[in-house]
Amino acid sequence: MDYELVIGLEVHAELSTKSKIYCSCTTEFGGEENTHCCPICTGMPGVLPVLNKKVVEYAVKAGLATNCEIARFSKQDRKNYFYPDLPKAYQVSQYDLPLCKNGYIDIEVNGVQKRIGLTRIHIEEDAGKLIHDEWDRGTLVDYNRCGVPLIEIVSEPDIRSAEEAKAYLEQLKAILEYIGVSDCKMQEGSLRADVNLSIRPVGQKEFGTRTEMKNLNSFKAIIRAIEGEFKRQKTELEYGGVIVQETRRWDDNKGVSVAMRSKEEAHDYRYFPEPDLVPIVLDDSYIDEIRSSLPELPEARKKRYIEEFGLPEYDAAILTSSKYFADFFEEAVKMSNNAKSVSNWIMGDLMRILKEKEMEPSDIPFPAEYLAKLVKLIDSGKINRTIAKKIFDKMFETQKDPELIVKEEGIEVVNDEGALVGIVKKVLEANPQSVADYKSGKEKAIGFLVGQCMKESKGKGNPQIINKILKEELEKL
Amino acid sequence: MNSGGRIVELFELTAHELKDLLNNKKASAVEITQSVLDRIQNVEEKVGSYITVCKDEALNRAKAVQEKIDKGESISLLGGIPMALKDNICTEGVKTTCASNMLNNFIPPYNATVAKKLYEADTVLVGKLNLDEFAMGGSTENSYFKKTCNPWDLERVPGGSSGGSAACVAAGEAVFALGSDTGGSIRQPASFCGVVGLKPTYGSISRYGLVAFASSLDQIGPLTKDVTDCALVMNAICGHDPMDSTSINSGYPDFTKALINDVKGMKIGIPKEYLHGEGLNSEVKNAVINAVEVLKKLGAECEEFSLPITEYAIPAYYIISSAEASSNLARYDGVKYGYRAEKFTDLLDLYKQSRSEGFGTEVKRRIMLGTYALSSGYYDAYYKKALQVRTLIKNGFDEAFSKYDLVLGPTAPSTAYKIGEKIDDPLEMYLGDIFTVSVNIAGLPGLVVPCGFDSNKLPIGLQLIGKPLDESTLIRVGYTFEQNTEYHKLRAKI
Repeated sequence: MDYELVIGLEVHAELSTKSKIYCSCTTEFGGEENTHCCPICTGMPGVLPVLNKKVVEYAVKAGLATNCEIARFSKQDRKNYFYPDLPKAYQVSQYDLPLCKNGYIDIEVNGVQKRIGLTRIHIEEDAGKLIHDEWDRGTLVDYNRCGVPLIEIVSEPDIRSAEEAKAYLEQLKAILEYIGVSDCKMQEGSLRADVNLSIRPVGQKEFGTRTEMKNLNSFKAIIRAIEGEFKRQKTELEYGGVIVQETRRWDDNKGVSVAMRSKEEAHDYRYFPEPDLVPIVLDDSYIDEIRSSLPELPEARKKRYIEEFGLPEYDAAILTSSKYFADFFEEAVKMSNNAKSVSNWIMGDLMRILKEKEMEPSDIPFPAEYLAKLVKLIDSGKINRTIAKKIFDKMFETQKDPELIVKEEGIEVVNDEGALVGIVKKVLEANPQSVADYKSGKEKAIGFLVGQCMKESKGKGNPQIINKILKEELEKL
Repeated sequence: MNSGGRIVELFELTAHELKDLLNNKKASAVEITQSVLDRIQNVEEKVGSYITVCKDEALNRAKAVQEKIDKGESISLLGGIPMALKDNICTEGVKTTCASNMLNNFIPPYNATVAKKLYEADTVLVGKLNLDEFAMGGSTENSYFKKTCNPWDLERVPGGSSGGSAACVAAGEAVFALGSDTGGSIRQPASFCGVVGLKPTYGSISRYGLVAFASSLDQIGPLTKDVTDCALVMNAICGHDPMDSTSINSGYPDFTKALINDVKGMKIGIPKEYLHGEGLNSEVKNAVINAVEVLKKLGAECEEFSLPITEYAIPAYYIISSAEASSNLARYDGVKYGYRAEKFTDLLDLYKQSRSEGFGTEVKRRIMLGTYALSSGYYDAYYKKALQVRTLIKNGFDEAFSKYDLVLGPTAPSTAYKIGEKIDDPLEMYLGDIFTVSVNIAGLPGLVVPCGFDSNKLPIGLQLIGKPLDESTLIRVGYTFEQNTEYHKLRAKI
């Protein structure tokens, strides 16, 4: 029997506000353990939370960018459970009145457009981190991350394949980056996803029983987890088993998911309205102001690249998939006036090196200005493509200005006719046969002579100029 | 000071009387603090108000204040006045225990906003006061550390949960104290100990640094020897605090402006359900009726009216307060600070053992009650219903205040009872909150002033309930009552 996948995703994104959601501690990643915290985010007796207004602004931005309705009245609730990384033993989140609801994101898979519904976006606080001693002597807690603001973005069960899940996540990540509310670094945990997955025979309308896989922190892991869980559920059903509603942990190293807890064992979070905080009441003018401050979103930017720069749709889609690529591209184009060449460099050499070094677009080590300079060096004939590639690699490695590299290494193309005449004369003297061939009408012989001159100039001679001098000198003979 | 042929000690005086002595250089701040410390030395063993006494710090602070006075610097109206705080109000560097084994060694690295304000007003912190563990109880018998005795009869309870605050003011062990009131915890002990106690409007005093019991009901307030001191302390601690999201951001009046001896034309409503309900001790009832007669003679218009659903206030209160408490007290898990069990097998066991050993019986009872009320499947039947009752109670008061300037009634059904008398009957104990919890549920201010004594010479307190942010009317009526009666001048003899 053929089965259809049904997936809903819950994505947690850390907001890139300067301070935490309920206190003034920094949200900066890393830092020595327990140095980014205070009595409030560590839940000391008697302290009270005060909501960071930026968190509301960023969440509303995310809601508007994903076509959500923004609640004029919403509230915060306590989600109660015991765990050492949660110092108050409750997480302040939103239960029945989230800030944003009923939105959608459009994705494209294999040229087919699809709309994925968003159930809701709500704000909440992050927990700390447990550090397990590798010799099993105990567990330590780092509270630096406690109280870092998060938005949880819950999709409708509209996703039908691993590719759609990937496209949805990529599009969501691009949107969040574009509007500047999250840096979406999966390896630092600022973007995390839980996968709700069920399968059903093709054609059946009712959903199957779903499982939830937690803690997936790379796109690859998500894809593998979806594929793995699909197979597991299919095998289970084909052998007459039943799917149990449960939470499973995906082990990306072993490529299998392991049951964590069943529905019966599920926490009773005893949600109730957080009495230390007042309801969030927003008026139309506030929401309109945020709406008008939204930047151009990936979809619109892609269309503009096709129209304004004449890029192929594929290239435009890739360049706009990351705000970092797109911003980098535009800045380089502005300074070099050669969109096609800049696009080729980014799509080619830049993406290749980033992939090799497992780096993110945000990690590009040199400014867009350098790429623009490189393109200009080629366009002005000062270097050729072979040299340009070498300079590009050097630029990536050393973060040096390409013009400086050219100067330091003395690899600039020689345009000086005086310097080249000597080389041409030397080549002509050394190759009397070719000169004779040329004189007897074999014009092809000039190609060989140009090659010899290039060799003599160690690749630095400008071939056009060499060609011109050669012809002049041959006329004289 | 000489009064009626008897030498009056400094510790017996009110803050405004001491201020006059300081101004006239008839007493120094150090002498005043020393007098209070001596008083503690003499009676504390019998009364047991304090968990911590900060003797050296208090004297140092008093010296510093006196230096300011000597230099001619201006100090606030409460400058140099010795005071004490309920031990659930955080004080930087001074142990704050909540009378619990759980926090028996907790020294906060921060001050509650009220502590900060009182320090800034140059008051002198004498120590931290006993209470029912985490403010849960009405007799101060639920303290992990000690029993506090009523200064009027040492075999009786001082009331609670701010029993230490009321007893210390009644015994002259501090000139004034701060308590907290979640369901009557300032007003009932004020009534039992014959002092003035005010539970201010919810949101008018910052809760930052008050160890939470029930966040939507808790409110800090003063316990003083008279209404004038109450107004002075309110001026010092009231006001918007950006650290507390529930703090009301509005202008607050100068409460001493309300110290006016005049209630002519004031409209006062007395809920029938309060005065004629079952369980109200007849001596308390008579004292309240007498107080009404006093106010009537002074020109107030008093009448009885019906305040509906009074009978649901207690169940609603115990559901809401316990639900919030179950969550507020979850952080005491033995992981970060406070009590940790010595023996445990794993994480779950660490939680279980630490909480079993760290909390007392009443606290555990409330945590279980609240956890149950919030559990899935019961939420609608209990918590949600209680919130609906809360709205109805608020509406009832709104309606009353459309007719009356304030509402008057008894504070507690009885006077102070014997230590141990009710400790094994929590339900009986809970019913003692019948006249006070509605005020918290509706977020209103409630002032208690002494209005008589029963046949055992135990004090009785009159409760005045006002509109939100209308403490001024309560202070005015309380002050007028005080100016025309002598109850507040009597001191307990220990």
